[in-house]
Order: sequence, then C-alpha cells, then structure tokens
Amino acid sequence: MTAVDSTRTTAGPGPPQPQKRGEADRAENRVAWLFLAPAGILLLVFIVVPFALAVGFSFTNQRLISPLPTKFIGLDNYFGQLTDGMFWKSLWNNTRFAVFVVPFQTAFALFLAVLVNQKIKGRVVFRTIFFTPVTVVMAAAATIWVLLFNADGLVNAGLELITFGHFSPDWLNSTVWAMPAVVIVSIWQGVGFQMIILLAALQDVPGELYEAASIDGASTWEQFMNVTLPGIRNQLIFVLTITTILAMRLFDQPMLMPTSPGGPLDSTRTAMVHMVDIGYSRQNIGRGSAIAVIFFVIVLVLTLIQRRFLREEGEV
Amino acid sequence: MTTTKSSRSDVSSGVRANPVWRWVLYAVMVVLAVFFVFPLVYMLVSSFKADQQVLANSDSLKAFLPQPFVGFENYTDAIDRAHFPRVFMNSVIISGFIVGLGLVVNSLFGYALARLRFRGKKLILAMVIALIIIPFEALAVPLLYMGAEVGWLDTYQIQILPFIANPLFIFLFYTFFLGIPKSLEEAARIDGASPMKVFWKVVAPLAKPAYATVAILGFLFSWGQYLWPTMVTRGIDVRPLPVGIGVFKTQPPVANGDIMAYTVMMTLPLLILFLIFQRQFVQGVASSGVKG
Repeated sequence: MTAVDSTRTTAGPGPPQPQKRGEADRAENRVAWLFLAPAGILLLVFIVVPFALAVGFSFTNQRLISPLPTKFIGLDNYFGQLTDGMFWKSLWNNTRFAVFVVPFQTAFALFLAVLVNQKIKGRVVFRTIFFTPVTVVMAAAATIWVLLFNADGLVNAGLELITFGHFSPDWLNSTVWAMPAVVIVSIWQGVGFQMIILLAALQDVPGELYEAASIDGASTWEQFMNVTLPGIRNQLIFVLTITTILAMRLFDQPMLMPTSPGGPLDSTRTAMVHMVDIGYSRQNIGRGSAIAVIFFVIVLVLTLIQRRFLREEGEV
Repeated sequence: MTTTKSSRSDVSSGVRANPVWRWVLYAVMVVLAVFFVFPLVYMLVSSFKADQQVLANSDSLKAFLPQPFVGFENYTDAIDRAHFPRVFMNSVIISGFIVGLGLVVNSLFGYALARLRFRGKKLILAMVIALIIIPFEALAVPLLYMGAEVGWLDTYQIQILPFIANPLFIFLFYTFFLGIPKSLEEAARIDGASPMKVFWKVVAPLAKPAYATVAILGFLFSWGQYLWPTMVTRGIDVRPLPVGIGVFKTQPPVANGDIMAYTVMMTLPLLILFLIFQRQFVQGVASSGVKG
C-alpha cells in the first residue's frame, strides 16, 4: 500500500521539482500511511469486515453454534422477515415511538434552547439543570423511572392529585401505556443533548438580522419564524435526523423498563430488541443479519433524506 | 404590527425590558427544572431509605424525605450483592481504554486526512464519511460471531477493540485540524522536525478543545453501553456497570433501596465530572452538531 510510482496522481499544487520533490512525496506518503494505519486497521476489522459478513450471512442459514454446515439460502431470510408478523410489529413499535419522540423532543429541545438563550440571570444554572440527565446513563435512568412509573409510584401519585384519582395507569404493565412511559424517559434523558446543539446554533445567528427585522417592525414571533428558524435550519435538520435514527435504534429502555424485555405482550418490542432476540438469544445469525441489513437500509435512507435537505439549503 | 419604541430591540432584550415576562420565564424554567431534577433527587433520597419504604412512601412528598434513614446500609448491601467494586473497575477499564486509545488513533487518522499528502486521500475521506452512517447495531450480530470464533466472549478486548476507532470522531478531528492555521506547522517543518514531532509538539496541543470534545462524547457513549456487553458477557468478571444492575432483577428479593444506591454510585462519577467540566461538556456536545 505504501508503494508509490513516479506518476503519482494526487493533485499537489506548485511547480514540479522532479527529483527532490518525488522523494519528499514518497516520504510523506509513507508517514501518512503510518498515521492512518492504527485506526484504519481497526475500522477495517471492526466495521468493514462485520458489515460485509452481515450482508453475507443474511443469505445463509448461519447459526452461532450448529453442527449443520452453513448453506446458501438466497433471499429466504428476507422473505422470512417480510412475512413475519413480529418483525412488522417491531417496526411498528419503532414508528409509534418515533412519531411521538421526534417532533416532540425536537420542539421541546428548541423551546429549552430559546429559554436558556435569554439574557437573564441564572441561565447557566438552568442550562446545567436541563442538561444533567444526559450524564445519567440510560440503564440508570430506566431503573429510576421504573420505580417512578410503578402503579403505586410517584408519577401516579402526582397524576391522581391532578385528576382527582381518575387517571393512574399501571404504566409498565399496560400494552397501551408502556410505550408512552418509554417515550417520557427517552425525552427526559436525551433532550438536553439536542438543546445544546440548538443553543449553539441560536448563538450563531447574526444579531444584525434581528435588528433589521425589528426595524422592519417584525414581532418577536415573526422574528422567530423568519429569522431564527431559517438561521438554525441545518442544525434543526441534523437534530431531527439523529433523533429519528436514535428512535430506530431504541433498545435499552424496552429491555430494562417493562417486567419482561419488549413487553408487555411485545408492545415495546423494537427492531433492535427483535434482532437481538433472533440473532443472539435464538442464535440465528443468518436471520439476525438480514434484520441488520434491513435496518441499515432504513438508516441509510433517513440519512440521504437529511443530506438532500441540507443540499437544497446550500443551493438557495 | 404594533411596534412601540421600547420593543425595537432584539428578542432577548425584549424579555429583559418587560418584568412580567421575566417572571413568567422564571416560573416556566423552574417548573422544567423540577421535571429534570426530581428523578435524581428521588434516587438519592431513596438510596438512604429502608427497601420497603421506597415505594410505600411514593404516594406523597414523603418520597423526598430520607425516612426512615438507614445510613449507608443500602450502599454496603449493593456493593456486596452486585460486586460493585469489580463491576465499576470493569467499566473504568473498558471506557478508559476506548477513550484513551481512541484519542490517539482517531486524531492521527484525522490529521493525516487534513494535512498530509498521500494517494487515495479523497477515497479514504469518502469511506470514513460513509462509515459514520453504519450504526453499530447493524454490526452487532456478525461481530458476536467473529468474537465467538476467536474465543473472545467474556473478555475485555471484545468490549474495547471494536470501539476505539470511530469514524465520527475521526471526522471531528479532521474538521478541527483543517481549521488550524498551517503556518505554525510549516515553521516547525522548516526547522527540520519530523511529521510525528510536528504533530505531537505543535498540532496536538493546539487541538485540546477537539480532544476534550471527543473524550467527553466517547466517555458518555462508552460508559452507558448496554446492548453489546449484554451480548458478549455472561458472568460479572468483565461486565460493566449498566449490565451489572441486572443482578437485582434476576435474584429476589427486590431491594429498591439497594438498587437506588447502585444507580447513585453508577451515576455519580459522570455527574461529578460533568459539574466540574461543565463548559467543556457543553461545548463538546455543541460541536458534535456543528457540521449538520
């Protein structure tokens, strides 16, 4: 890989200085590959190879431990998924989660960012408080909230007070309310991260734009719609996309919060819970890999949609 | 619209100008602060309570009073039952190696991409960006297979090695190095310093904010990992904190006080780090989204 011939094609500006230049380039090339090698090898072994394997396995009946030889079975794993009600159910659960989390968490994050962007005393204290749950790892957050969401827990105590005892579901044992509980915990833990990204964006919007807008007589709301939102468009799209992708990756909460992982009655079983169940618990690597590949395609599509929106911005 | 002279200022000072609005703002922020903080207060208070009282007290504000106070009994119980020191050290070892080695290899890679001339640079940059898209979850099953083939299940290395090189962190370093003025490096090179020396003596010290960002993000991600250690560890020997908590679920009795003590001990290190390095944390997270 370090071999370089004299007709190197890398676009190096400057006049050609045949002899010396060629030698220096060779040396720099060598150094560059030394710099690249450690991470490069790791990326190759732990991302590129497993990804190729995932694609390969998805066409076979590979199992983790099996006396039977591995066989090529074509698209059977994929057709198997497409006709498996549980697979669709898990995707549906991801969708249910995303439909609530993505718009609400993004709007909430923006609201918080606008709040702590006000020039008032104590805003750093509030910013710190809003961000604190991000430092609580999900396993801990889920554990705390399991107690809070207990049928006799603090959340219900508060709800009974507000609704005079009319509303106190058994959150984590209810097929209806388990997912909303997961949504609430996810927002509690994650929204501070998005808030900070949007806050940084807000602070980058040039102040003159606001001045110009207010001279034109725009109200605060109009300024927000016509100056702030366009000004943070890219970061907003970024936040929407990562929140959507993270919603597809949902795993920890449905594993840890309900009494049985993905429960009750599979109402919080997500694509990732399903994949680990098939590929790991049932050791069906071929099937698990097919889910992984489908999952990758979904994430890829989401990312391409984001790129597309970002590019349009650049052209305008 | 109804523009009075006083509201002819930017959004933020408009709020400052109006005292009623300012109090509304504070009220909203306090309510939100309660939402973010009460679970943590509840956790802390409950960790000093008798196990049965944790839920029993949850129907009133008694939930926030450490009564009956049992001192550190829950902590000693949790430490014994969950082999806390062991699990904690596992987390420290795993996250430490991932973050430490990651800083070195990812910054070297990012620097080569940003500054050194070599063949195939454009292709490699494109590949790194493509790799960012691949979510780890899509690799977990074949990686498990690879790990099992080489007999690495229940080891540290299988929890460390896959996460050292990180395309996102390479990209963050790459964009940071692009922004550093070239003149300093060129001066050092004219003085005859080798590229490696230029990197360690000139570039790396300038890139402290980038290193801090990647260290913080890497630590946040690795400390909380749950999916992968669930798949590749069975006993507590090499298990990290988030998986270690499972002991309380699988073995009766359910001791809520112990569980809360465990989560306090799991959360506190990161919380303290955050409170100390607050500004760096916030800047670090902010820069992860800068590029859109």
